[in-house]
Amino acid sequence: MAVMNMIQALNSAHDVMMERDENVVVMGEDVGYFGGVFRVTEGLQKKYGSTRVFDTPIAENGIVATAIGMAAYGLRPVAEIQFADYIYPAYDQIVSEAARLRYRTAGEWNVPMVIRSPYGGGIFGGQTHSQSTEALFAHVAGVKTVIPSTPYDAKGLLIAAIEDNDPVLFFEPKRIYNGPFDGFFDRPLTPWAKHAAAEVPEGYYKIPIGQAAVVREGEDVTILAYGTMVHVTLATVRELGIDAEVIDLRTIVPLDIETIERSVQKTGRCVVVHEATRTNGFGAELSALVQERCFFHLEAPVQRATGFDTPYPHSLEWAYFPGPVRIGTAIRKAMEV
Amino acid sequence: MSDKDPAPLKPNRPKLALHVPEPPFRPGDTPDFSSINIPAAGSAPRPDTSAAADDTHPLTTHLVRVLGEDHKAVGPWDPKLDADTLRKMLRDMVTVRVFDDRMYRAQRQGKTSFYMKSTGEEAIAVAAAAALSQEDMHFPTYRQQGLLISRGYPLVDMMCQIYSNKGDKLLGRQLPVMYSDKAHGFFSISGNLETQFPQAVGWAMASAIKGDSRIAMGWTGEGATAEGDFHAALTFATVYNAPVILAIVNNQWAISSFSGIAGGEKATFAQRAKGYGIAGLRVDGNDALAVYAAVNWAAERARSNNGPTLVEFFTYRAEGHSTSDDPSGYRPSNEAKAWPLGDPIERLKAHLVALGEWDDERHAAMQEELSAEVRGAQREAEKKGTLHSASIDFPQDVRTMFSDVYEEMPWHLKEQQQEMVDELEAKRRWPS
Repeated sequence: MAVMNMIQALNSAHDVMMERDENVVVMGEDVGYFGGVFRVTEGLQKKYGSTRVFDTPIAENGIVATAIGMAAYGLRPVAEIQFADYIYPAYDQIVSEAARLRYRTAGEWNVPMVIRSPYGGGIFGGQTHSQSTEALFAHVAGVKTVIPSTPYDAKGLLIAAIEDNDPVLFFEPKRIYNGPFDGFFDRPLTPWAKHAAAEVPEGYYKIPIGQAAVVREGEDVTILAYGTMVHVTLATVRELGIDAEVIDLRTIVPLDIETIERSVQKTGRCVVVHEATRTNGFGAELSALVQERCFFHLEAPVQRATGFDTPYPHSLEWAYFPGPVRIGTAIRKAMEV
Repeated sequence: MSDKDPAPLKPNRPKLALHVPEPPFRPGDTPDFSSINIPAAGSAPRPDTSAAADDTHPLTTHLVRVLGEDHKAVGPWDPKLDADTLRKMLRDMVTVRVFDDRMYRAQRQGKTSFYMKSTGEEAIAVAAAAALSQEDMHFPTYRQQGLLISRGYPLVDMMCQIYSNKGDKLLGRQLPVMYSDKAHGFFSISGNLETQFPQAVGWAMASAIKGDSRIAMGWTGEGATAEGDFHAALTFATVYNAPVILAIVNNQWAISSFSGIAGGEKATFAQRAKGYGIAGLRVDGNDALAVYAAVNWAAERARSNNGPTLVEFFTYRAEGHSTSDDPSGYRPSNEAKAWPLGDPIERLKAHLVALGEWDDERHAAMQEELSAEVRGAQREAEKKGTLHSASIDFPQDVRTMFSDVYEEMPWHLKEQQQEMVDELEAKRRWPS
């Protein structure tokens, strides 16, 4: 075991998999010699050489397209899109190609590719370095979407994603790369070292894709969250003294519906939290599923605490961010009836 | 805004004018292609396959041609193929044409939804397949059925795909002609144009990463070169010196848009190679020997780590875009006949005749034999059904709709699969 922040844990996952499987290659803008703008791929090129870890031109469509070609050949490419906000040029390649190849060839070809991308705000990144794009991919049949919230999960899930035989979108909540940000932007950040999930095995282990984690057991309300929002939610219920059950989804497609159902059937109340814009956000799907499957257990309407339906504003970031007050308000609404 | 147009801010400057390209001829016009420069066969120099990319660039405004007016093979690009190879190419090209005619008619008879012929372009895919190894991977677009036919893929299997019937190994999921066959080095065709072009580069990069000896060949029409993926393909190809051949089949027409709408008015498509610093060739696509020689040159270049080549095959789409298209609405009906590069099958046949290796009787006999073969394959394929559009007696097990979305079926697809089965049951009982 070693104490790692999320960046170190992700770096370790790459290292473990590149060591185990020579078909794993790492590509993306600035990922080679420099080791990535967030340092996730640091040291990999030096260790594994520049034909397995290399910089790419600034062309997200080209990065994903060539990764698909490599996967068709038999490699397992791990492609970094530097910010999720830059993923749109690759959307056609992801939606029309990576997601469909297994289906359109009845299994003759498949795309064992991971697209990693830092996402989410809270770093004064403005509208082009802050977006949460997960719902755009959760809507697409044929890709999986994974979002870790701790160093331990990040490593185990990335290893599972690299070993998966289908394309995986792996969104990394960059606000918590260095510490479990609790949403109180006006207080100092606690580093990962003080968090139990920063204890990470140095070797190989996997966390199965499609399994949620109950990160806090409780009786009165179920809160569904992922990424940064897991920590903001935990801080919120702690400060409000609410006996909430907090579920970290970890994978949004395929979703762990059993864990959600079991919890909502117990608590009778549900709040959905995400940083992405509200309309057609993944919370809409969660809300619909809970309503369809747990209606007779529900004591109150399902509430959502989300980002607003605006672009991510630079100077107004902390007015936009769904912090403890917005989450707390949603919880109270779900509990007042 | 006021009611009146605003006064120009700089009245002394000339008014700007937008240029919208127009093809030289429209329906009712008499096509006259005498302004197209057709260099004599044998006139293009053949650089060494390890030559600097720059040395190839004069060829991007020239035209590599081997078959002369006298039907003899001339010049440095003559691949000097033996008669058996030439006859095999001729046979494959005729097979493609017979197959196309048959399947076009099948669509007209309501046996399938859609078909696309490659009439006039048969030499390109057939000669390219002949020039590469069986192990090399093609990333084709939808007019390269000649690749499969040349590599010996069963005609029955192609037809089953076209009919989306019980024999269709793609389980009826793909539009007709969107074949896929890994074993024959034929990557799955996508209906989204140009996506396969940078994928071919990625496959070639992987082959180089692994120190393999196989190369890739990506295919596009001239129209889709306007896509951003074209630029990504050329950029990645040059950056990583990928062992790939990138082919542009310039058949002059993208549905109703002539090549000028894709940027072909002011430069040839092959000239784009120069900006990326990669080798470029412009080739008479109706000359099977020139196609073979060019692909062979580019393959040798790629295999010896001398990098990618962009090849423009200059040809003409003699028929409509697809069975859903009627070209008489946008171009003169006799344009194909006026096309100065002739018919690729007639040209190769005439060459074999000139060599004393072929004659009209043998040609007629082969034509007869291939017609019978294609008809026989069609009978076989139709035993496994044709596409019916207004029935829920589907050719496939309907439950397969949900397989292969993922390697393992997640719970939500299992639930939806059951919903669908129940829904079809209810449909049979409807309205009770």
